[in-house]
Amino acid sequence: MLNTLALIFIVIGLFFMVVGAIGLIRFPDFYTRVHATGKCDTLGEGMILFGLVLYEGMNLVAVKILLLVIFIFITSPTAVHAILNVAYTRGVEPWKKGDERR
Amino acid sequence: MIDIFHASVIVLILTVFLCLYRVLAGPGWENRLIAVNTIGTKTIVVLVLIGFIYERPLFLDISIAYAMINFISTLAIAKYLGRGCIC
Repeated sequence: MLNTLALIFIVIGLFFMVVGAIGLIRFPDFYTRVHATGKCDTLGEGMILFGLVLYEGMNLVAVKILLLVIFIFITSPTAVHAILNVAYTRGVEPWKKGDERR
Repeated sequence: MIDIFHASVIVLILTVFLCLYRVLAGPGWENRLIAVNTIGTKTIVVLVLIGFIYERPLFLDISIAYAMINFISTLAIAKYLGRGCIC
């Protein structure tokens, strides 16, 4: 039962990871690429590691993985926002409809 | 369940190659930086899965240290590009 639940979590997390990587390639602009990867990677990573917690059961390894999940849920959006803020400050123009892909 | 872990690692490494295209071809520093940050996040998951495949919990500590290094290096590069110095 728990193994099946862990399998479902891992597959959904892999789906989010693949969708984030495809968005990083396919979107036309820097800001839309950040929109794709900053959320998809955080959620996909959290779901894969939570599936591993369900597979492992409650012991020290699961506690370490939960600490890693909490750490990445705080720090990954912070790092992405720092890069985005610097790019906006240095004058990277947003993409408008009709422009060519950059 | 071990086969699922192997398949997950293979899919994650394929997505790392997709991001590596953006690192090599992306115009400007900002696309390269966001792609490198994404590769770092995927590497953490790959390290945890390797620890589960070979049944060595030591890889968890390596992945926690790698997460901290990834976060701090990204913040340092962003701060350097924003202010001109790390201060």
